[in-house]
Amino acid sequence: MKKTVSLLLLISILSLLLLTSCANSKETVTEVKDPVYKRGEVVSLNVYNWGEYISDGSEGIYDTNKEFVKYFNENLSEKYGGITVEVNYSTYPTNEDMYSKLKNGASSYDVIIPSDYMIERLISEGMLLRFDVEKDIENFHYIIDSFKKPYYDPDGAYSVPYTYGMLGIIYNKTLVDPLDIDEEHELSWGLMWNEKYSGNILQFNNPRDAFATAMYWKGLDVNSTEAEVWDEALELLKEQKQLLQGYVSDEIFNKMCGESAAIAPYFVGDFLTMVDKQPNLDFFFPREGVNYFVDAMCIPISTKHPSIAKEYINFMLSPEAAIANAEYLGYASPHSYVVNDEDYIAYMEDFGYEGPNGETAYDLLYNNDPATVNERYNALFSNDDIKDPACYRNFTPEIQSRVNTLWEELKISGSTELWVHITSIGIVVGVVALAVYTTYVKKKRSRFYRERDKASRSAK
Amino acid sequence: MKNKKSLLHSISAAPHIFWAVLFIVVPLIIVIFYAFTVQNPDGSYTFSFSNIASLPDYISIFGLSLELSVIATAVCLVVGYPLAYIMARSKPKTQKILVMLLMLPMWTNLLIRTYSLMAILDNNGILNQLLGTSFQIVGTKGAVIFGMVYDFLPYMVLPIYTCLSKIDKYMWEAAADLGCDTPKTLVKVILPLSRSGIISGVTMVLVPSIRTFSISQKLGGGTFELIGDTIERQFVTGALNVGAAISLVMMVLILISLTIMNKFGDSEDGGIIV
Repeated sequence: MKKTVSLLLLISILSLLLLTSCANSKETVTEVKDPVYKRGEVVSLNVYNWGEYISDGSEGIYDTNKEFVKYFNENLSEKYGGITVEVNYSTYPTNEDMYSKLKNGASSYDVIIPSDYMIERLISEGMLLRFDVEKDIENFHYIIDSFKKPYYDPDGAYSVPYTYGMLGIIYNKTLVDPLDIDEEHELSWGLMWNEKYSGNILQFNNPRDAFATAMYWKGLDVNSTEAEVWDEALELLKEQKQLLQGYVSDEIFNKMCGESAAIAPYFVGDFLTMVDKQPNLDFFFPREGVNYFVDAMCIPISTKHPSIAKEYINFMLSPEAAIANAEYLGYASPHSYVVNDEDYIAYMEDFGYEGPNGETAYDLLYNNDPATVNERYNALFSNDDIKDPACYRNFTPEIQSRVNTLWEELKISGSTELWVHITSIGIVVGVVALAVYTTYVKKKRSRFYRERDKASRSAK
Repeated sequence: MKNKKSLLHSISAAPHIFWAVLFIVVPLIIVIFYAFTVQNPDGSYTFSFSNIASLPDYISIFGLSLELSVIATAVCLVVGYPLAYIMARSKPKTQKILVMLLMLPMWTNLLIRTYSLMAILDNNGILNQLLGTSFQIVGTKGAVIFGMVYDFLPYMVLPIYTCLSKIDKYMWEAAADLGCDTPKTLVKVILPLSRSGIISGVTMVLVPSIRTFSISQKLGGGTFELIGDTIERQFVTGALNVGAAISLVMMVLILISLTIMNKFGDSEDGGIIV
């Protein structure tokens, strides 16, 4: 007994220690210094990025991480005292996943590539390293001026733009009636609520983007601070839930390319990746308004190798890597060298995509003036019906928790078909009846034997 | 004398105790800790019942998980029992091959198998292409039940098979001598004798299918959730406290139901947990 008590005591002390050490690590450190490197040491740089978001060397194309390692070990090794570097690359499906992993503090990352509103949130919570972007990142001069000091990072001290793009609807030309897209419905988000395509519609599996599709449709403010606006959007999403095939993130590639779903909201860059594999797909920007976003490279405060992280970001901006990534991702690039590069333009122009009005992939991405990025993302395809596209901004904590609660409510809502109830209850009733019957039979039988024994004994 | 443990005995047990404490007891304590606390904005924790109080919101999800896993377990039993019987009655050489065939899919990861099922059952998947149709399977409850049956069937067949193959073959002759025909022998002799196998098979299918999460996400399309998905989502989005509370309640419920089930199992060779 004593032993058990002391063991339990030991365990509770141990777990308390564990928890308090977690709490301690959350204290903010404003400056992160490089460790002292030993000659010959192998340093691994933890890069945390979206899935399918870097030129990864598949099918013989440019392998960004491998090239960085090669470049670093050949040219920069001596600068850091003869170390060699390796890249430990991992991916996340949504900004929120990345955030919770970072917030947990369970693992440390050196470079992350979140989206605009998430960068705003990370800055406000003191989770990003502040550094002199223009001085520390030699290649920063390539960034187009309007992307410097952007809305999510007004000081221009935490992030280096990687890509930008827009949200729209991908649909399958053979499965969706063209009349439902432009003739009658005029390129509307309403397509995602069209009952004709019940069971063939996909929706985002993250609250921010899923709510946005409903909010753009009904002209609501996607950054609203009023709870009622979010409740209204929730009702729309609940209504849509009946029509959905599923809430998805990266599965969308297989579903759309395999023609297993007909309609999905997604980003234009990923659409180009998909149309490359499945020519039946097409894309449009809904006229009610669309999301415009920037994804940028940042260094979390938990980094262990800030200088090498900066070298990595710098390498990502080198013309060769930037072009390779822009071609692989199919997202628009904020890199002045890339957008003016003739080979890149030629590559995007014969990408194998042709829109209804003869647009090329290049038009889809850049048919607008990047210089006006902060004020207005120009209407594409000279379709002036597109209203001002709204960027996502960071929520106040109250709205953030409100949205999470509503998302929870959406996910757990829903009705079950009757047959599920009937079958399962039937099985349970059957099993219980069987159990009762067998115990009854057993009892009856044992009583019979007992009485027979008694009878034979008394006969003796 | 018997109760005194030798030094060697305690030394050899030490690594196992250390392992059990570190990876079973400590995580359990952390789960309990999170289940009964809420995190303040400044990062500290305060004791609270609010997580437990929010659980009634999840009753419908829990009910659905229970219903689907009960159906899946019943299907497993109906399909698995005859299979186990055929296996146990075949020649030793065939038995080996059959067991091997049954185990073969388990050498592949469960997630990969689920992904493959998705490719087969999708609207434009292999099955629909073969049939030339395009009816929806993925995203329905039937698909999730099918996935559970597919993934957990071996856990039903193997205990029943072990139990059946242990039954003395002279039982058949004895039953026949006493005037039983084959169906009667099956119902009155073989079935009661294999009860412990059935109970451990049912436990081994029911418990993992209640708490499964990837199958329902992939084959259910994410339009409805099972309790495992809910817990996973809570942890991924950082709502550790509610997730921990659900897990804790799940553990308690499973513990209770296993105890009840054990009452029906044979005490000697029931061979199940608790």
